[in-house]
Amino acid sequence: MSRLVDVRLTVNGKACEGHCEPRTLLVDFLRENLGLTGTHAGCEHGVCGACTILYNGEAARSCIMLAVQADGSEIVTVEGIARDGKMHPLQQAFHEHHGLQCGFCTPGMLIAAMDFLQTNPSPSEEEVREGLSAVLCRCTGYQNIVAAVMAAAAQMQSERD
Amino acid sequence: MKPASFDYHAPTSVDDALALLKSHAEDARLLAGGQSLLPMMNFRLATPAVIVDLNRIPGLAYIEREGDVVRIGAMTRQRAIEFSPVVAADLPLLREAIKFVGHLPTRSRGTIGGSIANADAAAEIPMVLQALEGEVRVRGPQGERSIAADELFLDAMTTSLAPEEMLTEVRLPVLSRGVGFAVEEFARRHGDFAIAAVAVVIVRDGNRCKRARIATAGISSHASRLRAAEQVLEETGLSDGAIADAAKVASQHLEPLSDKNASADFRRHLASVLTERALQRAVGKKQ
Amino acid sequence: MTQAKDERFVGQALPRREDARLLTGRGQFVADLNLPGMLHAAFVRSQVAHARIRSVDLSRAAAAPGVVLAMNGADVLQLLPPVPDTQLSLPRKWTAQVQHTFLNPQQPLLAHDKVRHVGEAVAVIVAESRYLAEDAAEMVTVDLEPLPPVVDAEQALAHGSPVLHEQYATNLIGEFEVAKGDVDAALARAPHRLKRRFHHHRYAAIPMECRGVASVYDARSDSISIWSSCQVVHWLRREAATILNLPEARIRCVALDVGGGFGVKGHVYPEELLIPFLARRVSRPVRWIEDRHEHFMAACHSRDQIHDVEVGFDDEARLLAFRDSFIADCGAWNPIGAGIAYNTAVHIPGPYKFDNFAVRARIVTTNKVPNAPYRGAGRPEASFAMERTIDLIAMELNRDPAKVRMTNLVPSAEMPYHLGIPYRDGEPIVYDSGDYPKALQSVLDAIGGVEAFRVRQREAREQGRYLGLGIGCYVEGTGVGPFESATVRIDPTGKIYVASGACPQGQGMETIFSQIVADTWKVNPNDVIMALADTSAISIGFGTIASRSTVTLSAAIHHASKPLREKVFAIAANILECAPEDLELRNGSVGIVGVPGNEVTLASVAKASRPGWDNARPPGMPAGLEETYYYEPPTVTWSYGTHAAIVDVDVKIGRINIQKYVIAHDCGVMVNPMLVEGQIHGGTVQGLGGALLEEISYDSDGQLLTGSFMDYLLPTASDVPHLELIHLHHPSPLNPLGVKGVGEGSAIAPPVVIANAVSDALAPFKVEFNTTPVKPEQIVRAAWSAARGE
Repeated sequence: MSRLVDVRLTVNGKACEGHCEPRTLLVDFLRENLGLTGTHAGCEHGVCGACTILYNGEAARSCIMLAVQADGSEIVTVEGIARDGKMHPLQQAFHEHHGLQCGFCTPGMLIAAMDFLQTNPSPSEEEVREGLSAVLCRCTGYQNIVAAVMAAAAQMQSERD
Repeated sequence: MKPASFDYHAPTSVDDALALLKSHAEDARLLAGGQSLLPMMNFRLATPAVIVDLNRIPGLAYIEREGDVVRIGAMTRQRAIEFSPVVAADLPLLREAIKFVGHLPTRSRGTIGGSIANADAAAEIPMVLQALEGEVRVRGPQGERSIAADELFLDAMTTSLAPEEMLTEVRLPVLSRGVGFAVEEFARRHGDFAIAAVAVVIVRDGNRCKRARIATAGISSHASRLRAAEQVLEETGLSDGAIADAAKVASQHLEPLSDKNASADFRRHLASVLTERALQRAVGKKQ
Repeated sequence: MTQAKDERFVGQALPRREDARLLTGRGQFVADLNLPGMLHAAFVRSQVAHARIRSVDLSRAAAAPGVVLAMNGADVLQLLPPVPDTQLSLPRKWTAQVQHTFLNPQQPLLAHDKVRHVGEAVAVIVAESRYLAEDAAEMVTVDLEPLPPVVDAEQALAHGSPVLHEQYATNLIGEFEVAKGDVDAALARAPHRLKRRFHHHRYAAIPMECRGVASVYDARSDSISIWSSCQVVHWLRREAATILNLPEARIRCVALDVGGGFGVKGHVYPEELLIPFLARRVSRPVRWIEDRHEHFMAACHSRDQIHDVEVGFDDEARLLAFRDSFIADCGAWNPIGAGIAYNTAVHIPGPYKFDNFAVRARIVTTNKVPNAPYRGAGRPEASFAMERTIDLIAMELNRDPAKVRMTNLVPSAEMPYHLGIPYRDGEPIVYDSGDYPKALQSVLDAIGGVEAFRVRQREAREQGRYLGLGIGCYVEGTGVGPFESATVRIDPTGKIYVASGACPQGQGMETIFSQIVADTWKVNPNDVIMALADTSAISIGFGTIASRSTVTLSAAIHHASKPLREKVFAIAANILECAPEDLELRNGSVGIVGVPGNEVTLASVAKASRPGWDNARPPGMPAGLEETYYYEPPTVTWSYGTHAAIVDVDVKIGRINIQKYVIAHDCGVMVNPMLVEGQIHGGTVQGLGGALLEEISYDSDGQLLTGSFMDYLLPTASDVPHLELIHLHHPSPLNPLGVKGVGEGSAIAPPVVIANAVSDALAPFKVEFNTTPVKPEQIVRAAWSAARGE
């Protein structure tokens, strides 16, 4: 076994640290070392997107990152996207539009949608579908997720205005 | 699917990275964006004893115009390229192609240098390097050198980089205004690796074709130029007939891959169809 | 919280209770379970499709860092009793009517004599982390004597084929026939006949959460807890009791949040029995989380049937006779026995009226992952055979396929319709309610009418564009027995507690059953406590498969509530000093009709029902306020639907663009329309995945070529169209709420809808798409053949 490494990072605004092997995947570090089990591992080869987190403000797949690479970074997971105890507009919209069923892909879907809307705040439905193609969902058929993201985008735009 | 153990190094300079490469030789792999390497490691299809993480080396991520060339640091994220005003203005072909590269979350991490060095047969960025006749800057124990696109890609997942060399910069000639360009890709789903893709650059003078560059991804074992088809255009112009001829010739001088995604015949056919569609768009005849 | 006196929650699109935790990262999936001292398991899986096991050497692995235990099949064989019969049993009523032969090879918990598919487990490692367990797994030396594999079902039936289960000397492990009328005579008489072969390929449920099991043994009470991502906790407990030699009362099985099941988690797997056994052996909690690569090679696949159809019809395109001889490739084992294949057989006739039908099924083993039900469970294969045939009949007679369907659909005036063959519960199939022609007509109206489409199609062809219309009509037997359980109890707080054997995997059961219970007991849904998927909450249960839980659990709740309500009224009458007949439930209380304010809360009735001194029960009334009911449905109730798609096929590159996709469906009373629509969206998109993208592939050596998401293509949001839904509403006459199942139906039609649509689009090329998936290269080659005049 190789030397353990220290990982110090900020997760959801809180300073965190842990010890792990260099080979420990970031998704496992978040889930096991930090106890943040909201982020899920659906494939461990960087395709399904369930493990998506924000890494320094940008969506990234945590199952194909090493925890040690996150040393010194700022991570946001699904546990950290509510605002002051209130659901984020995306979370609220997913709830109202039935944008989740089993909930396994949902954390990754929320984070990916958040990042997508950062880059495209007023998307068309086709653009939303393209943006959401980054995360696989097996339950919803995507239709209600698309509706939720469109609604959240409108809500977030109106909050900005 | 957890990776096997490895010794981990995160050098903070290119020299240190090169020293590690030299001392560990085949035991070491360079880690750039990790979007290709980590999945292989999680499957234990790649089990390097040593990982040299390039992400802590400063000064390797930049996009700068210098005269007629845009210089892009090897560790520049694909996402930065996607949203760069310099790329939008000076390398619109790269911007169009980058939208086919994976998804936004993979572009957050994936790098231009990593994609080129990985040289996946179906990757779009090597195709753009070919279409723009770019070059890469490479550094090794012997010092620095440049490698032109058409000398870089040798075979599937194989470049002419020596084992102890690493990419430091990508140089792409600026696309002047008025130059026609287009990318056409066939993949099973949005964001997938290309089963076949064609990128074209057309410098025209009325209906004359001053220069044509046609590059492919996914069709052969590496990103390639379709020189015979380029010649057809440069010799006979940009009419519908010339474009159709070039598309036909495009399919003839190929050794297409055959796999469970597509037979060689199908790829050959796609080469032709996508070349025609890309050329039509590049010369402004179709949307 | 009070409610309006006559507010009904059934029928409302209430947002879900489950969402609060799932949206905020506070769901609990089995991989989230962290028990003190927990160890992690990894399996060693065969990399060869067919071989005798000479030895499995664990010595290096057992000594590897962090390893606590390593076991192989031979070890397990010595320590555990033989594996119980894990297959779904068939009722005597069925076995008495249907001519059948079944052989039931029982899969050991770890392979010991042979390996029969790539991915079959031969050893298990328990270590301090999954990383270390995988390191050790690589150190296991598996010495195999390769045997020739067979990966084609027809070859597996041929003389001289390698045989998987040598004790039977055959790969034909199941066979049955069902018939009505006289197919031979009717075919001979028929003015027209067609013969075709259809192949519905192998694909799989692929939920986003793989399987997983965690277990801990408590020595103090000699009991064991098992958490599994599973759809059938009571079945798991029953099997575990045999394996562990413990009474069921000492075993608790729980499914926490399950990240999708779709049938693949609907039976008991060897891993689910091994992990608890190992936990007890090492006296520490053990958790195994399947990874995706394992999932592709060890969690069951589905579909994979070849149908040889012969149909007879008249000049009016009326079906006269239909014979289907099909082969179901069940892979190396057959955990669900005849379930899938028999579903296929009885769903072939679909919503059509004709008198002469014969189906013969053969279930064949091959060196591939075993098959189990996946959303649709044999019905998509049936629908593919029938709905392609309808289109071929239409082509033969130069009639519109929509009109041919209309000609043959069971008219609404003839409902209920007796099909003439038994369902797998042994009961005669009766399509109990519905309007099949109306479903078809509403879809045709929604696409703007067939005539208008044909005009568009002609115009497009003249411009070298290929539009096509594909239709798929289906029926679905839902709410199958044998039973489901419900315990209904009035909690001392006045809330209603319901426990059941139903096991949710994302359907929103906590929400819909709270709506049902709220209406039954006149409380607010927030005052309903649902306890599902936990054998400690109720001792007998069946589980959630086969689109059955809304039907069976709603009925069980209804029937348990009746005597409970009588008891509540008797106690309340005693308190209020009135007659029980004068009482009604309202707002969480029981009160005298027409006299507001003269009431007692359910909480006080619950307290009054307690045993002991100073209770307020009428003399002679037993204490307690709880009833358990096992609802045994009389038979299935029939949902149905019609899907239609308009496609634009780019024949130059073979890309299919779905311009419009319309679905008319009928699941009777909809408890929560928003959740019903979610089920339909999800099933349709899975069906489209099977139609266009998803494909499990093996090479001739039995090597799995699709072992990751890079090779097995799931549809993404940009691959599927917006779906338009039309609801029809024919309540079921078979259960108190009038509901029908809706979980699976929408996955049935999409493959044949796409095949029909593309065949229709490419009709000028005279090409038929009789296999799935429909892929771009096939389309391009069809265009080449046509261009070459073939």
